[in-house]
Amino acid sequence: MDESLIELGEHILDGVEDSMLGFNVAYGELTVRAQAGSIARVLKFLRDDPACHFATLLDITAVDYPQRARRFDVVYHLLSMHQNQRIRVIVETDEETPVPSVVGIYPSANWYERETFDMYGVLFSDHPDLRRILTDYGFNGYPLRKDFPLTGYVEVRYDDDVKRVVYEPVKLVQEFRSFDFASPWEGVEYLLPGDEKAEN
Amino acid sequence: MAEQELRNYHLNFGPQHPAAHGVLRLVLELDGEVVERVDPHIGLLHRGTEKLIEYKTYLQATPYFDRLDYVAPMNQEHAFVLAAEKLLGLEVPRRGQFIRVLYSEMGRILAHLLNVTTQALDVGALTPPLWGFEQREKMMIFYERASGARLHANYFRVGGVHRDLPPKLIEDIYNFCDPCEQALDDLEALLTGNRIFMQRNVDIGVVSQEDALAWGFSGVMVRGSGMAWDLRRSQPYEVYSELDFDIPVGKNGDCYDRYLIRMDEMRQSLRIMKQCIEMMPGGPVHAEDGKVVPPSRAEMKRSMEALIHHFKLYTEGYRVPEGEVYAAVEAPKGEFGVYLVSDGGNKPYKCKIRAPGYAHLQAMDHLCKGHMLADVAAILGSIDIVFGEVDR
Repeated sequence: MDESLIELGEHILDGVEDSMLGFNVAYGELTVRAQAGSIARVLKFLRDDPACHFATLLDITAVDYPQRARRFDVVYHLLSMHQNQRIRVIVETDEETPVPSVVGIYPSANWYERETFDMYGVLFSDHPDLRRILTDYGFNGYPLRKDFPLTGYVEVRYDDDVKRVVYEPVKLVQEFRSFDFASPWEGVEYLLPGDEKAEN
Repeated sequence: MAEQELRNYHLNFGPQHPAAHGVLRLVLELDGEVVERVDPHIGLLHRGTEKLIEYKTYLQATPYFDRLDYVAPMNQEHAFVLAAEKLLGLEVPRRGQFIRVLYSEMGRILAHLLNVTTQALDVGALTPPLWGFEQREKMMIFYERASGARLHANYFRVGGVHRDLPPKLIEDIYNFCDPCEQALDDLEALLTGNRIFMQRNVDIGVVSQEDALAWGFSGVMVRGSGMAWDLRRSQPYEVYSELDFDIPVGKNGDCYDRYLIRMDEMRQSLRIMKQCIEMMPGGPVHAEDGKVVPPSRAEMKRSMEALIHHFKLYTEGYRVPEGEVYAAVEAPKGEFGVYLVSDGGNKPYKCKIRAPGYAHLQAMDHLCKGHMLADVAAILGSIDIVFGEVDR
């Protein structure tokens, strides 16, 4: 299984070498890293090359790593029903640099890219209709970014005086609890209160 | 008389329309009664499942999957536990695998029964839902007897299933299969040859093979167009490779073919359920790895080590090795996938849910163009939309 995936990875590397950054096989899955600017070319190759024939685009999503300079991994999942093979293509981008849209290659990318834009604020150039899709009309912020709080910023309720639904800033009765699960025996990298006394 | 400028008519369909199968708002642009453009507005049931899962341990994440496609809850859990098991490298004991397959197939019947009968309801038949729901009710009782809940089961756990099935329950499920098949025959007698049902479904919403691939379809939507693609057969998980079942394939790719496939798939599911019960071995139902699977209650009361495991697993949870995996199952509606990224902690770093209905619904514009307004309801019924999974 893994050998055939490595073979496939090398075949793709041969086909679109200047757009690729490398590939790896882990957990029996092939992951290809590509340059964001040429993602359309890579996907077109993967769709049309007879040895790949990845005719179905299953999903596009992003993963947020806020500590990185280019914080987003945009992840494409492809499926080939003909070769019975799956592949994952990853490109990196940041908040400002748009990724070329692949709607022209896979029509199904339309909503996937809208969702990625909605959830992460990743921009896609040449997308026919880059609107928000899952969040409320008039929503602000990008909910799946790691710096977006779980509780959000606004809450809604029906106001009987004005006879309509009103938006208000979130009021938490109790502070949001985020537990630290790092075991103190397995070497935490910060000082626990009182630790400084031990050093003196 | 001055020539009048004709304008297309805009119609709001939903979000509270019975044929919208939930909270879907379709903005339809009509030319007379012919649909020119469909713009689905979704997200009215968006609950931020993926965000919530990032803040929960793996054990706490499984119940969210019941709430996605809530007509077949366990199939959803299945994809998530498979992804987590892939990262952990856990092997599920054979009895656990058979129980999972048994309940996944039950979920498939639950979903198809609801879909087929409400599709009939959308085109004007009231009896099928009443007959179908009787069978669904019986299966939900089996859900309840296994997990304690009729809908939100939370029965599949990482490493296996939560509890073993009592022998009487297995016997009752076996005895349920044949009468259920009889009920399916009755249902089919109402619909398959029915003139009105055929007039409303044959040659409506035709999906060609190229369309099915380009729009990212899966499940019944590709099988209806003549492609024999089923993950249970082509990328088998659990014990599907040992089971004997057929994959029904359509010819025309229209709404009627999709209905026929769903009816036949239910029969195949009953066949699989019977085989599972016949072949089910004894033994444990979940992995014995104490660092992932919590000990039984009785053990916890007696053993100090089990008590520590119990405490650690229900507070901190277990840590999952770093990596990223994609696991998919053949859910009733198509390929349901979970893309799981772990940073080595006790909570998923990222959990993306790939819902089949999302891809199917986005093709509404493509499928409905040029059809009559009344066909919108028929097409929507046949692509099998549940908003829990579309909006997530």
